[in-house]
Amino acid sequence: MKWSEFFTSSVGKKFVMAFTGLFLISFLIVHVGINACVFADMYEDSDNGEMFNKAAHFMGSSYVIRLMEIGLFAGILLHIVQGYLLEVQNRARRKQGYAVNMGSQGSAWYKKSMGLLGTLILLFLIIHIAHFWVPSRITYEETLSQASYNGREMHDVFSKMADVFSQPVWVLLYLLGCFSLAWHLLHGFQSSFRTVGVHNKKWLGVVHSAGVAFSIIVPLIFALMPLSFYFGWVTTTTK
Amino acid sequence: MEHYTMNLTLKVWRQKSSKDKGSFETYQVSDISSEMSFLEMIDVLNERLITEGKEPIAFDHDCREGICGACSMYINGRPHGPWEANTTCQLHMRAYKNGDTIVIEPWRANSFPVIKDLMVDRAAFDRIIAAGGFISANTGNAVDANATPIEKDKADAAFAAAACIGCGACVAACKNSSAMLFLSAKVSHLALLPQGAPERKSRVLNMVQQMDKEGFGSCTFTEACEAVCPKEISVANISRLNKEYLIAGLTEEK
Amino acid sequence: MLNSKIPAGQLELKWTDYKGHCKLVNPANKRKLEIIVIGTGLAGASAAATLGELGYKVKAFCFQDSPRRAHSIAAQGGINAAKNYQNDGDSVFRLFYDTIKGGDYRAREANVHRLAEVSANIIDQCVAQGVPFAREYGGLLSNRSFGGTQVQRTFYAAGQTGQQLLIGAYQQLERQISLGNVTMYSRHEMLDIVMMKDKDKNGNEIGEAKCRGIIARDLITGELERHFGHAVLLCSGGYGNVFYLSTNAMGSNVTAAWKAHRKGAYFGNPCYTQIHPTCIPVSGDHQSKLTLMSESLRNDGRIWVPKKQNDTRKASDIPEEERDYYLERRYPAFGNLVPRDVASRAAKERCDAGYGVGSSKQAVYLDYAAAIVRYGKIECGKLGISNPSAEVIRKHGVDVVKEKYGNLFDMYEKITGENPYEVPMRIYPAVHYTMGGLWVDYELMTSIPGLYALGEANFSDHGANRLGASALMQGLADGYFVIPYTIGNYLADEIATKAVSVDDPAFVQAEKAVRERIEKLMGIKGKQSVESFHKRLGKIMWDKCGMARNEEGLKQAIAEIQQLKKEFWSDVRIPGDIKEMNPELDKANRVADFIELGELMCKDALNRKESCGGHFREESQTEEGEAKRDDSNFQYVSAWEFKGESEWQLHKEELIFDVAKPTQRSYK
Repeated sequence: MKWSEFFTSSVGKKFVMAFTGLFLISFLIVHVGINACVFADMYEDSDNGEMFNKAAHFMGSSYVIRLMEIGLFAGILLHIVQGYLLEVQNRARRKQGYAVNMGSQGSAWYKKSMGLLGTLILLFLIIHIAHFWVPSRITYEETLSQASYNGREMHDVFSKMADVFSQPVWVLLYLLGCFSLAWHLLHGFQSSFRTVGVHNKKWLGVVHSAGVAFSIIVPLIFALMPLSFYFGWVTTTTK
Repeated sequence: MEHYTMNLTLKVWRQKSSKDKGSFETYQVSDISSEMSFLEMIDVLNERLITEGKEPIAFDHDCREGICGACSMYINGRPHGPWEANTTCQLHMRAYKNGDTIVIEPWRANSFPVIKDLMVDRAAFDRIIAAGGFISANTGNAVDANATPIEKDKADAAFAAAACIGCGACVAACKNSSAMLFLSAKVSHLALLPQGAPERKSRVLNMVQQMDKEGFGSCTFTEACEAVCPKEISVANISRLNKEYLIAGLTEEK
Repeated sequence: MLNSKIPAGQLELKWTDYKGHCKLVNPANKRKLEIIVIGTGLAGASAAATLGELGYKVKAFCFQDSPRRAHSIAAQGGINAAKNYQNDGDSVFRLFYDTIKGGDYRAREANVHRLAEVSANIIDQCVAQGVPFAREYGGLLSNRSFGGTQVQRTFYAAGQTGQQLLIGAYQQLERQISLGNVTMYSRHEMLDIVMMKDKDKNGNEIGEAKCRGIIARDLITGELERHFGHAVLLCSGGYGNVFYLSTNAMGSNVTAAWKAHRKGAYFGNPCYTQIHPTCIPVSGDHQSKLTLMSESLRNDGRIWVPKKQNDTRKASDIPEEERDYYLERRYPAFGNLVPRDVASRAAKERCDAGYGVGSSKQAVYLDYAAAIVRYGKIECGKLGISNPSAEVIRKHGVDVVKEKYGNLFDMYEKITGENPYEVPMRIYPAVHYTMGGLWVDYELMTSIPGLYALGEANFSDHGANRLGASALMQGLADGYFVIPYTIGNYLADEIATKAVSVDDPAFVQAEKAVRERIEKLMGIKGKQSVESFHKRLGKIMWDKCGMARNEEGLKQAIAEIQQLKKEFWSDVRIPGDIKEMNPELDKANRVADFIELGELMCKDALNRKESCGGHFREESQTEEGEAKRDDSNFQYVSAWEFKGESEWQLHKEELIFDVAKPTQRSYK
């Protein structure tokens, strides 16, 4: 079987979804870990985003990581494109639908709504990238003020966050994004593992539990960020 | 068990042939006994239609004991009706009460075209089996049946997968019209047995290829198939199929 | 006239000798020979696949939407084989002997011995194909016992043995389809055979007419098709649906065999029908079919009725000492595991005498309470639970029973709405299998050259009563291991016969006759539905040619059936058109044949003034009410030749027992 046949069969396409999905899950771990540095300000009031800014700076300064970033975008793109293609193809498999639909008999709504949830995440992602990644990596926007630690100049992304999350509309939108992500993960996490062949009952149990935990914890931490800025739990100033 | 009788409203899909467009017809049936099977209730209606000079409702059915896999009605939004682990022919009228409305549709999927009324063409399933759902053991070649002991758990798991009756409820229930539960049941059945080992790789590759050719969708693990499967085939089989496919696809040298 | 072609020599060497001396067809010639197989059950699928493997060009036909749906799929309990894996004294001879005795000495010794010989190969073959038989913890195959035997020789796959064996054969068939050796025609029904004589160089007809093809109807389009074959195999199953209510599938029919019969194939022992003792009782007039509860349930279940007549108490309110375990009482050696005919009659006897249970009083109890306690105690012992309470014992016992028979219990609950773990099941005998069928010789060829009958469609191996788990064995034996040899012996002489064009007058004529009959049926435009005729036929058959038969009743039945036939052909109403999917027309075709068959069955039953196996003539019974054979007058196979409407000629094939000497069957 040729590689092209392998990846374009119905099972192969799902492998692409699952592997990119797992890759994005691993990215989420890195992302949430670094972003969690914003909470350093809660622990040490004088941090004012130093730890986070340094970590963010590190992620932007190394060529290795920039290169990985390309991989990440490729992964996201593949996941999106393949996801939409599959959604369209699969929908077309039943030209004439039912008069009475199954509804939630047999499978939960979110399992059948991965396309919708993914679209919500995509919309969120566009805004998110426009907020943070574009100004710091592409346009080097003026609005992004500089911070200086031990003489090293770097973007003050922390302040940018404080700025963005001072507006309720964005906070709400980010919360919606996290919410969509949680449901998307709740199905996507375990489904990815099952798609790549985990069928042993014992391990399926582990995957299932890990999936539920991951889908709650990661989006929750993300969601706490806009909330923390909005409610002033983390600030750019020392009280 | 208390017996009772009921009057019902049926909305049934009627379609003269594959070329016809088809539409729903509404029928009232009365004095239906709770002891009847669902198909016997349709029989009663059909007898009436015949005496009225109308065409009876065409539907597939044969053994009427839940094993041949012929019956295939999508009843009130669920293949084979409301009962778990059940076929249409085993559904009994005590599942309903007086005054209920029941909507009956054929399996819907491009790969299962309607032949007439509630009858669909499931030959695609046969072609998928023909693509590799077998062990190539010509008659006369076999060694003694006890020559190869098989772990009981594996034999039981193979049997559980082999219990598939090929009714197509999995496809009918799946939002993607995917045949993966059907396919995986066969792949698992044969992959779990030592006799199936020699053709393990080519089997899964060829069967998936045929499934794609037939126009079934892909699996997104919504598990709707498992919920409606009359033989309770587990979606874990789909994961096993995927593993088989992954290994075969990566290690086959051609 | 009747030549059964049984090879000479010692019984146990006949088949070996035959195989060693029959004619062979070389591979190059096999490619030129075409074989038509009707039906894709165990016999048909295994034959089509095996003949395809050998290199013949095979065409297989089934009326269902897929070959996998043939009714073999519904067989529950198991398949016998003389493997002696249990070391309990089984052997080929014992299987042979049990089958002959079980059939009440009305089967051919040579056929039955061959069946016993190949039985072991069947299990090997099925395991090689991936049939997931039940296994022990050591990984070896498990066995259970069935009625009429004292050894454990039944291989099984939970309660779905038939399904697993059929899927095995179906997969082999699909493999041959993918290899191009078999062409499959599903949703096709055979409506006649085509016969013609060979022609010499000058075009003159020579020899006797042979079967050279079929006329089939595409059930989707309604078109008639002509198909040529050097030989035709009828693997079309039994005719239990002549009774309307039976455990057969709704579509099971006699049409293929009946068409062949009308063209000259003799019908053997049509009156031999098997009434299975453990079926779910009829619940009302709406009943469309009956459901079997596997005979394997008699391994652990106990059958009883109240000792008091017309007892209306619930089963649980009837104390132990007021229960009559009538099988254990009457047949202490075999107890609940007596053969089917004996168990059925015993149930009927009790119900007729007023001891029946349930609202209809046409049922007896099959009780698992004792088995649950017995298994529960064993489990508790294994688990080291000392002094377990009744509840604990019950819980563990239920688990064991669930593991063994869970799917059957579930099925019972779905149909009746009662929980068989709590209350005893109600069962009653129902028509299940027909031992009779087309008469065939040792090579499975009917009295028409080139036309074969395999599996339940033939009459050959079960005599007057079939033992449990032997139908699967016979179907597969015929298809996998017998026909591949015997058909070669015929086809070796046919290698020079070129495929005949389907434009041959014989084909044209046969198609015309089929078309005219269909048009006649459609043209009646009467008032009564096909189903109503079928129900009436079934009632006549069940009342007068069912579990017990007598001269007066049979004579009445014949008259009633003749009348019914007239009415059918003048007042049946078939809606729809010919050139479309028309299930009512399909059914009408079949019921018309059932009506004719019903008459022949009654005629055969009337002729056989003895009781044997499933055929119980009330005039011929012992003082204790057991079936009484009359070997001096009836030790023969009745082979009926069709002579015209309601006219048959009887041919007798004498049965000779060299090894298994007939005795009064006793299971006491």
